[in-house]
Amino acid sequence: MTTLKTLALTAAALAATVAGTPAHAQAKEQFFPVLVYRTGAYAPNGVPFANGYVDYLKYVNAKGGINGVKISYEECETGYATDKGVECYERLKGKNATVFQPLSTGITFALTEKAPGDKIPLITAGYGRSESTDGMVFKWNFPLTGTYWDAADVLVQHVAKKEGGADKLKGKKIALVYHDSPFGKEPIALLQERAKMNGFELSLLPVAHPGVEQKATWLQIRQSRPDYIFLWGWGVMNSTALKEAVATGYPRDKMYGVWWAGAEPDVRDVGDGAKGYNALALQHGAEPNAKITQDILKDVHGKGQGTGPKDEVGQVLYMRGLVAAMLAVEGVKRAQERFGKGKVMTGEQARWGYENLALDQKKLDALGFAGVMRPISTSCADHRGSVWARLHTWDGKKWNFSSDWYEADQSIIKPMIKQAADKYAAEKKLTRRTPEDCQS
Amino acid sequence: MLYRENGQFKTSYRADQQVFPILQDRVAIWGLVLLAIVAVPLVAPEYLFRAILIPFLILSLAALGLNILVGYCGQISLGTGGFMAVGAYAAYNFFVRVDGMPVVVAILMGGVCATVVGVLFGIPSLRIKGLYLAVATLAAQFFTDWAFLRIKWFTNNSSSGSVNVAGLNVFGFPIETPAQKYLFCLGFVLVFALIAKNLVRSHIGRSWMAMRDMDVAAAVIGIRPVYAKLTAFAVSSFFVGVAGALWGFVHLGSWEPAAFNIDRSFQLLFMVIIGGLGSIMGSFFGAAFIVILPIVLDNLTVALGFDTALAAHLTFMVFGALIVFFLIVEPHGLARLWSTAKEKLRLWPFPH
Repeated sequence: MTTLKTLALTAAALAATVAGTPAHAQAKEQFFPVLVYRTGAYAPNGVPFANGYVDYLKYVNAKGGINGVKISYEECETGYATDKGVECYERLKGKNATVFQPLSTGITFALTEKAPGDKIPLITAGYGRSESTDGMVFKWNFPLTGTYWDAADVLVQHVAKKEGGADKLKGKKIALVYHDSPFGKEPIALLQERAKMNGFELSLLPVAHPGVEQKATWLQIRQSRPDYIFLWGWGVMNSTALKEAVATGYPRDKMYGVWWAGAEPDVRDVGDGAKGYNALALQHGAEPNAKITQDILKDVHGKGQGTGPKDEVGQVLYMRGLVAAMLAVEGVKRAQERFGKGKVMTGEQARWGYENLALDQKKLDALGFAGVMRPISTSCADHRGSVWARLHTWDGKKWNFSSDWYEADQSIIKPMIKQAADKYAAEKKLTRRTPEDCQS
Repeated sequence: MLYRENGQFKTSYRADQQVFPILQDRVAIWGLVLLAIVAVPLVAPEYLFRAILIPFLILSLAALGLNILVGYCGQISLGTGGFMAVGAYAAYNFFVRVDGMPVVVAILMGGVCATVVGVLFGIPSLRIKGLYLAVATLAAQFFTDWAFLRIKWFTNNSSSGSVNVAGLNVFGFPIETPAQKYLFCLGFVLVFALIAKNLVRSHIGRSWMAMRDMDVAAAVIGIRPVYAKLTAFAVSSFFVGVAGALWGFVHLGSWEPAAFNIDRSFQLLFMVIIGGLGSIMGSFFGAAFIVILPIVLDNLTVALGFDTALAAHLTFMVFGALIVFFLIVEPHGLARLWSTAKEKLRLWPFPH
């Protein structure tokens, strides 16, 4: 009897699932699952990302698809919750999913365990596990455009430059205010390494999910007065931190956010109070004048098909969604060069494309991304493809770039990646991929 | 009428004390168990396994554990998520630190550790009850959240605080495909449901219920409150710990403390309340309601063409309305609706 009711419900669920998915099975379309969060605590940041992502897919379709292959996509709401994300993954992967982009470090960790079995690649552009850069162990993960270790390294470099040299960091106090989740903890390993190397003092100040409760943290900051604060926040945590900084009287120009702590929703509410606050730009920042932004305004929003408000186009998180979608599409394009132009790529074939991305300046210019980002090229050993980042500063109205390009110091990061990836491989009893496997 | 007990006479105590005294019930249950073990793995698609059946089974097990504590013994707990976390992390530590540790043993050891922690946090129940106890168990939730986030030893010094397991197998059989995972969980749930059913029918279960109904009276007739309450906490946390270990090992594969946060505790408490307090079957009903219904609603709203945000909000609204509706129609939960339906079948037209 117990199960009778269950079975009835299960049957209903199954029916609903089947009924919900008539479109994708038969059409010859490249299917992109879109994991989003348009509700919940992180929605203010999740929505512009999702809009940018979807708009780019629409834009590609408006331009005739990927070498003639139309794109289809379906959104699934994760609410930033890992178990919901897993459910979405299971729901959408069966439709010949090309690639998943979970937009949550927690979901990334869970899917990292599942993707190799299902042979679906995972792009985690600017988030996820740093050690997954090592493609010899993480065959299906692609932390394209940079990882948190790169981010933390660039921040230290920037601060060192401000101080007038790396040796001046000795004895300085840097506080890491971080979201208490895998996302926030990722940079700690690198910062500790750097603290040892450069002799600064690192204090770790966790903030619990979702990040609105920071009084105790800022009391500690008031006491210890660190020279710099690195802010590893997401969503409402960022604006709360800035408001607390205003209340504490901590100078905003000594605060440096990671690239997920440097978008319009984070500073808009604080307005002038956030003036001078810096954040990393994941290559791109706000790009209202870029060619791709103008094209999307014309070809997608201009035809009344835009997702979300028009004035959001070109903002930081919107651009990040756009870049993430572009990377997803370009990987497929690259895969078509090998497996047949104008064909629908499977996840496995797309994986090859992501592993052999060669987005040089010429291609980027042709795509309309001139000035938005630097070239990216991946390989079997390097699934990240680029270690460049720059900083931008909030002037009270908009984000402006305020630094040159930095390259994360691979002499520190590479051994760490190797060590972490080896540890992972040992735990999982995996062997490193052979050169022959790289050809596949 | 098919569902009548006319002519079914019990001539021995054994027959009278069966879990399912009516022949039709026994047939139906065996049929369902066979269906679940044999037919479902053959026909069900992967999505059904991974997104619906496996979470449903594991959360049923957790709800079963919580129901023993809340439904049978009357001790309200808000620390269920925390006990699940203890089970998951303890099992993880046994699994990765002891060479050649079998999965099943690791999971059961996770349950044992959860039992110890559960009993520790159950000790206040000897002096406080009701809402006060709920707050005390809330401390368990916050404490475990804190411990697994902060104490690096528990996560095997993982830099991000997230842990993962792989390469599960039982006696050489791998647990990799969805069907294997499902059967693995089903095995646990069947065994534990049987244990729970028999426990609540035994003298221990009766002492729990006596404590729940009136602790002073129970003490007067010779039931030791210390023993009754702590056994309830122990058994409950053991079940919950095993469920937590399964959630981490089988369902997620990789997890962080957020997988067992306070939302999970509330979710389980709602399952027990909606399913039916003090009912084994109710735990399953509650789990089905809370796990499956939102997914169905979600799929329906998306299929109807609403955009993602609106669909998510609609799901919340309809789900909330349904909870209120069910609690108004039957405050004793879905299990009570079910047993009323059975009474109606047996004693037509005047059920009691």
